[in-house]
Amino acid sequence: MARAHPHPHAVAQGAGKASRNTEAQARAQAQARVQAQSPMEAGAGARGLGSKSGTRRAARPPAPRRVRARRLLTPWLFLLAPLALLITFTYAPIANMVAYSFTDWDGVSPELHYTGAENYAEIFTREDLFQVFWVSGYYLAASVIQIVAALYFATILSFSVRFRNFFKGVLFFPSLVNGVAIGFVFLYFFQDGGTFDTVLSLFGYQTDHAWLGTPVSANISLAGVSVWRYLGMNFVLFLGAIQSVPGELYEAAELDGAGRWHQFRYIILPGIRPVLTLTVILSVSGSLSAFEIPYIMTGGATGTETFVIQTVKLAFQFNKTGLASAAAVVLLLIILLVTWVQRRLVPDDRVDLV
Amino acid sequence: MTRRVIARTLVYLSLIGATLVVLLPLGVVLLTSLKTEKETADGSGALTLPHHPLNLHNYATAFRDGGMLTAFGNTAFILVVSVGGTVLIGSMTAYAIDRFTFRFRKLVVALFLIAALVPGVTTQVATFQIVHSLGMFDTRWAPIALYMGTDIVSIYIFLQFVRSIPISLDEAARLDGANAFTIYRKIIFPLLKPAIATVVIVKGIAVYNDFYIPFLYMPSQDLGVISTSLFRFKGPYSAHWETISAGAVLVILPTLIVFLALQKYIYNGFMRGATR
Repeated sequence: MARAHPHPHAVAQGAGKASRNTEAQARAQAQARVQAQSPMEAGAGARGLGSKSGTRRAARPPAPRRVRARRLLTPWLFLLAPLALLITFTYAPIANMVAYSFTDWDGVSPELHYTGAENYAEIFTREDLFQVFWVSGYYLAASVIQIVAALYFATILSFSVRFRNFFKGVLFFPSLVNGVAIGFVFLYFFQDGGTFDTVLSLFGYQTDHAWLGTPVSANISLAGVSVWRYLGMNFVLFLGAIQSVPGELYEAAELDGAGRWHQFRYIILPGIRPVLTLTVILSVSGSLSAFEIPYIMTGGATGTETFVIQTVKLAFQFNKTGLASAAAVVLLLIILLVTWVQRRLVPDDRVDLV
Repeated sequence: MTRRVIARTLVYLSLIGATLVVLLPLGVVLLTSLKTEKETADGSGALTLPHHPLNLHNYATAFRDGGMLTAFGNTAFILVVSVGGTVLIGSMTAYAIDRFTFRFRKLVVALFLIAALVPGVTTQVATFQIVHSLGMFDTRWAPIALYMGTDIVSIYIFLQFVRSIPISLDEAARLDGANAFTIYRKIIFPLLKPAIATVVIVKGIAVYNDFYIPFLYMPSQDLGVISTSLFRFKGPYSAHWETISAGAVLVILPTLIVFLALQKYIYNGFMRGATR
């Protein structure tokens, strides 16, 4: 099997380690240039891809006052709408949510009472509220299987395989499909006498097991659907990262007598480490905030309630805005913690926005 | 040599197995959508072929009684406005952040950066109150505002592209007397085409598929988008798998067509969106 040609865009994307290194070098050189040219601006211009900031802010003669005022104002005119939306729909809700979480507000009445940390205590002590965390465990386990399978398919499809594009498309397509449609497709799949039972009976295995009928079986089925849905996205990201590893590395390894496993272990795996960590983090936060598939398929019945389903029900069915806010704050903190851990583990890349 | 043959066979077997796992559930739903009520109920199993493969009766039911026509209209309207708005907002933000130095620039950048870490599902409890107090609840403007206002990924994508446009172009235009808005409109925006294509694809698919936001903010029957209208099939058609299947196929089909037509752009778009 020869290695297929890397996709040109994937290479340009540069998710691989090799290209990242050169990018970092170029960045460092650019930085050095900036500092040599205008030491005063260098502090403000400590930007990631600052290759052209050197030429940009060459000293200008002081402009007249009106022109200068306009120049100061211009960026804010561009940022007016974006910042207004950002504050209204991201920061104001967070602030409100934290505030609600210390009250017993029901979301409608003008009256509310400050209750201290009572809501938080309730979340961690009431067993029926806390059990949603165990449900996340099914999704976490499923994402381990998902990542391993995605990695396997990405690796074999990065070598030349017949009908490569067909297989790639088939594996990726589910991640584009509407969640409600997926929910219905799999409701029929797990139905009594549905697709799954029919396929099993083809192999001579007659069953009338209600796949969504008991908590364990229902949660495993739902987690399986989420693997079906999200595997393709991981797979395509891994494939892109693998293909951005320079092909010469494989040739060199082959000359040295490295087998497939060694190529995977010592070339592919280190090459896709950044994408792999990103995927792991996204899977963890995705498992904790699973909502669509279980809500559409079972509505949270038979022990399949997840954290987000519970929060939505508390807030919009039982009017317990205070308690729901506390739950949402807890989820937000967990996800921020996980992300922070990731940034600590892989501190190098993609913080080049500033 | 034989070991290689075996390995190769196993590789192909795994690929064929995966293909079956992906396509079988979808294929069965397509078959079911072409069956009559009697055929789905007669216990002949899910894999039998429909008697009349061109029986489009269920599609008519789904379209007419299931309100899928209104749903496609609503989805199209929300999609066009919010994707258009996202492109404008993202490109303006990227232009302002990359081409100007101003006070609090770092703070602004940090605000956008941190917002990217906050998953939208967690904050809806409180966002709901704000949307409500703005009078947007149960209107099409609620999802539009939320899609436009909380998309940080597209700002990242635009930022990468604005950076790659040489600053000398801006300066040449400025010497010709162009102001910042003319530069944005005449120079930056047209050069952002690849980024715009990426954002339109990624955002468009996300909006088309979103269930959570329309479900929370537009409970009215006539404001159903495809996700919520399809979801409502669950009640009245709960035993009518042929109608539900037709609805699901109606929703999946546009996605399949777009995917087949724009494969290359879609792969690249999602790669850019995720590894920003």
